[in-house]
Amino acid sequence: MKHRLMFTGKKLIRMVLLLLGVSLAAFLLMSASPLDPLQTNVGQAALGTMSQEQIAKLEDYWGVNTPPVERYLGWLGDFIRGDMGTSLLYRQPVSTVIGQRLQSSLWLMAFAWVISGVLGLTLGVIAGARRGKLADKLIRGYCWLISSTPAFWLALVLLVIFSVWLGLFPIGLSVPIGADAASVTLSDRLYHAFLPALTLSITGVANIAMHTREKMADIMESDYVLFAKARGESTRSIVLRHGLRNVALPAITLQFASISEIFGGSVLVEQVFSYPGLGQAAVNAGLGSDLPLLLGITVVSAAIVFGGNLIADLLYGVVDPKIRRGVARK
Amino acid sequence: MQPILEVKDLSISFTQYGRGTKQVLLPVIQDLSLTIAPGQVVAVVGSSGSGKSLLAHGILGILPYNSHMAGEITFLGQPLTPQRAAAVRGKEIVLVPQGVTYLDPLMKVGPQIRKGRRDQAAKAASRAVLERYGLGTDTEERYPFELSGGMARRVLIATAAAATPKLVIADEPTPGLDARSAKRVLSHFRELADGGAGVLLITHDLELALTISHRVAVFYAGETVEEANAADFTAGKLRHPYTRALWNALPQNGFVPIPGAQPGPGQVGEGCPFAPRCPKGRPECLGPVPYRALDGGLVRCLYPEGGERP
Ligand code: SF4
Repeated sequence: MKHRLMFTGKKLIRMVLLLLGVSLAAFLLMSASPLDPLQTNVGQAALGTMSQEQIAKLEDYWGVNTPPVERYLGWLGDFIRGDMGTSLLYRQPVSTVIGQRLQSSLWLMAFAWVISGVLGLTLGVIAGARRGKLADKLIRGYCWLISSTPAFWLALVLLVIFSVWLGLFPIGLSVPIGADAASVTLSDRLYHAFLPALTLSITGVANIAMHTREKMADIMESDYVLFAKARGESTRSIVLRHGLRNVALPAITLQFASISEIFGGSVLVEQVFSYPGLGQAAVNAGLGSDLPLLLGITVVSAAIVFGGNLIADLLYGVVDPKIRRGVARK
Repeated sequence: MQPILEVKDLSISFTQYGRGTKQVLLPVIQDLSLTIAPGQVVAVVGSSGSGKSLLAHGILGILPYNSHMAGEITFLGQPLTPQRAAAVRGKEIVLVPQGVTYLDPLMKVGPQIRKGRRDQAAKAASRAVLERYGLGTDTEERYPFELSGGMARRVLIATAAAATPKLVIADEPTPGLDARSAKRVLSHFRELADGGAGVLLITHDLELALTISHRVAVFYAGETVEEANAADFTAGKLRHPYTRALWNALPQNGFVPIPGAQPGPGQVGEGCPFAPRCPKGRPECLGPVPYRALDGGLVRCLYPEGGERP
């Protein structure tokens, strides 16, 4: 137990360092951005009609005159005190914006995460267990096709087929247009999240299936599977009793590592579907020089990805008898 | 008495891709023959990496898909077809593999012995069989990585004995064990034979094999070159020059090394494979060499030792 606590403690320290690094990197990139916040957000024409005083005020608002070091330290100081600042674009506290956006995105990502995990694992196990057979060839073909297809392009194709031609799903947004927030039902949300989530799942499946297939194929060539065969176990029993058990550990790692990919994919997919999620907000914040929002989103998503890996490590300790028993013996 | 296992002219080869897309047939075992009677331990002795394990896999019908097997295998008087092999393996024919890597690393020993059965009878049986090999009931709760080398071998034997088999195939069951544990492990195979089963012991260790075997088949470059009674060795009644050389290479018999190296699969031409290393070789040895009976054993040599004997 003590060992496990130490382990978690070390991980948390690493997480703090990581978040610090990630926020700094995001800040530096933004500072180096050639986009002028005034021109992009106010517009060239509007700026021309303004007085020097007004422009100075705007420059203060967008933080143009504050030295970068001071700006970053100011943000960091507030952040440590629990204040993520106010979004310059949305004129709301960053925490509120992220909270709302995360809620919509979470639907999408959770759906895609579960579907791609379950489907990817199943397909990978089947392909690995039947390596070289027809099922394997079909699954591999699918995976290659999908991995060489950019997510945004797939999103566009799905959008064209299902929304434009067939009219089965909405073209965008997370709720019906013009609907009152109170009248939005769960089915409305699912209906709107379906296509983006499908896109994310389809791309996520390929990666998980291919990696699982490799592991499963290794397992099927292992000494212990040969011995199980020699003991008269059927292929079915071998896959269920030995295959799944041994593929579980790498699958956990894969599954939690895929969080970051789903996060990355959601940025593009949300853009295509005009889905008001975290990814879309990140793009807006980046292009609109909304520093507090961008840093907020960066830190929150890094924390989620890191949290996923942490959960994977902790689960590993529970599932892998070598770690579990090793700890018990000490 | 009806033999338990009869192998006649067994050949196993692999399809390999040579240069480009050309397929080559790589012979690993050629014209291997042996017979095992009930209560008998028959050792197949050959140097490591000579493809002996494939004999075990061939009998069990678990060769990889790119392999071909020809010849006759008879088990209890009936041909051992692939279907029959699938039906009897793990029950009437069992394998005792080399080491701990043949156990599922993430499954406890108990469930592995029980092959997924959970009923009380199965539990009692697995406990009994572990006890038989001097392993406590706590062994059931261990994972393979928690077993010592000797324990792992005994667990593997327990998996075999749990099935009350008619034929036990032991594939190199002793490497990595100290002399005492190795003897102990081997004595368990002798016990199984004394109980009426046939035991096929595949090993590179002639000295250990002789401690428990009744008959020894010597394997060289994919062929059995001699089949002899274990007693023939100490009596100096060996037939094939390679067997003689193996015997002389043992520490207590002078430690005489055999010059040259064994040809690998695909490197064997016409004629006797031992010819390049044989002190008695003659030009005729490059022609066909039949496997023939001699003096209570079998030999594949044109000029066997003792062949001059009346
Ligand atoms: S056949 Fe000739 S070469 Fe081969 S072992 Fe006998 S004597 Fe030697």
